[in-house]
Amino acid sequence: MGKLYVKQKQKDSINKIFLYILLIGISFTMIMPFLWMLSSSFKLDKDVFRYPIEWIPSNPHWENYALIWTRIPYLTFILNTFKLTIIITLLQLASSSFAAYAFAKLKFKGRDILFLAYVGTIAIPWQVYMVPQFIMMRGFGLVNTHMALIVLQAFSAFGVFMMRQFYMNVPNELLNAARIDGLNEYSIYSKIMLPLSTPAIATLTIFTYVFVWNDFMGPLIYLNSEKLKTIQLGLRMFIAEYSADYGLIMAASMISLIPVIILFISLQKFFIESVASTGIKG
Amino acid sequence: MTIKQKKELRSNLVGYSFLLPNFIGFLIFTFFPIIFSLLLGFTSWDGVNEIKFVGLNNFIHMAKDETFRISTFNTVYYTLGTVPLTLVCSLGLAVLLNSKIRGRNIFRTIFFFPYVASLVAVAVVWNMIFHPTMGPINSILSKIGIENLPGWTASTKWAMPTVILASIWKGMGYYMIIYLAALQGIPKYLYEVAELDGASKWKQFWHITRPMLTPATFFVSMMLTISCFKVFDLIFVMTNGGPGRATNVLVYHIYNQAFIHFKYGYSSAIALVLFAIVLIVTLIQFRMEKKWVSYM
Repeated sequence: MGKLYVKQKQKDSINKIFLYILLIGISFTMIMPFLWMLSSSFKLDKDVFRYPIEWIPSNPHWENYALIWTRIPYLTFILNTFKLTIIITLLQLASSSFAAYAFAKLKFKGRDILFLAYVGTIAIPWQVYMVPQFIMMRGFGLVNTHMALIVLQAFSAFGVFMMRQFYMNVPNELLNAARIDGLNEYSIYSKIMLPLSTPAIATLTIFTYVFVWNDFMGPLIYLNSEKLKTIQLGLRMFIAEYSADYGLIMAASMISLIPVIILFISLQKFFIESVASTGIKG
Repeated sequence: MTIKQKKELRSNLVGYSFLLPNFIGFLIFTFFPIIFSLLLGFTSWDGVNEIKFVGLNNFIHMAKDETFRISTFNTVYYTLGTVPLTLVCSLGLAVLLNSKIRGRNIFRTIFFFPYVASLVAVAVVWNMIFHPTMGPINSILSKIGIENLPGWTASTKWAMPTVILASIWKGMGYYMIIYLAALQGIPKYLYEVAELDGASKWKQFWHITRPMLTPATFFVSMMLTISCFKVFDLIFVMTNGGPGRATNVLVYHIYNQAFIHFKYGYSSAIALVLFAIVLIVTLIQFRMEKKWVSYM
């Protein structure tokens, strides 16, 4: 019995070692492109592709990080992206949580039909109606303005749906008690619902922030002038224009990732939990 | 007006007042464009001259449009290449990470990161890694003696598999998280009982884990399929639809027809076809759901 137990234990630890080797191997595949990006961003163009790869450049070229700002108006692109990200996230939080409260906790005529319309549009890919949307926006004179992206992305059916899912879990007794105490719906929303919904608000904030920061197709369609472009467009422009300056391209790419890396690392636990829960609830 | 009616009217108005800001935006910027796209698909319009109603002409034209045919094929190719492999990889990762190991959260974070990283940055680094003449992948391949080096995004044969590889790499962490959550929902006693009965790990996986995960698999495969049908950024940045038309997908074709050639009517018609395909595939998946998805 004792011998068998020891054998089993040995087998378990061999399995464990094998598992770790596998996981570390996969991790390497997942981060290798980013490490290569980081390492190349400190190299001269002629050394980027040198093989075998020199992971830590012996003679790091910091100037790559200084040069990119002079080659393209990168700071403008970054500021534009921050502006859009912040405005859209705030508007989406406000408009979604407000509407979600109505759908979750209030009774009014036509509520269920309206909600069905919201949910139905989530299932339709944006790419299906992006052309008519563009024509409409052109009619409003909003093409080549930041306003176009703001109004298109500030009202999201997905945001309403997600916030509603969360509000549905808040017990009605709590709200009824507040109603008996004489609070009107607006105070209930602001004094009870909003403070309770911090996790939902944080989730929507992360999703919206990452979406707007990384959005490519929206800005590609709507923004033409250089002074309006976002970081993703700027990066792509940079790649097209300096297609052989690999060191510079990698430095610019690294810069574009930094805000997302910071957000992700500081909120990763929360981020991952929210993906898991939205995934399960569908 | 009775008191009851008054009360009802009041509660209706309160409800509408909460909904209004979002609803106006939703109506103008989402709902109208969707209706508009249904009409636009039956017209011919360059954005300047008058809109002409052309009936089914756009759809007839599509049958003769070789690029449309190729891009439909490519979209299906991309989807069939991406969905099953992502499913398998993300499930595999989730099972590996579900065992008791140190540093689980670090692995989880690393696997998930490509999903939040910007696509443009990711695409450019992939293009460099798979550079046909100078990239490290081909350097390694030639070192180990492979002679006919794949041309990756520069070759019509390899371009799509390269894009598929990049998309699996980017997406699998996200779906892994959904699988992990589902795995944690499986009651432990099922495994304990199986263990007592002497079931091997593989048997436990096949007879407990796999069936218990079918709702998650259903959800993941739906989300993945829809996201594959609307692929654009990855293609636009990595290959520009090329070489030739080797990676030209439907959304890329819609984009080109509308924003490069200003054929708004025709591109809307293609968008309608895209929508029909997504709808049909989703309906089929829902139909099949009863056959293989088991809920507790």
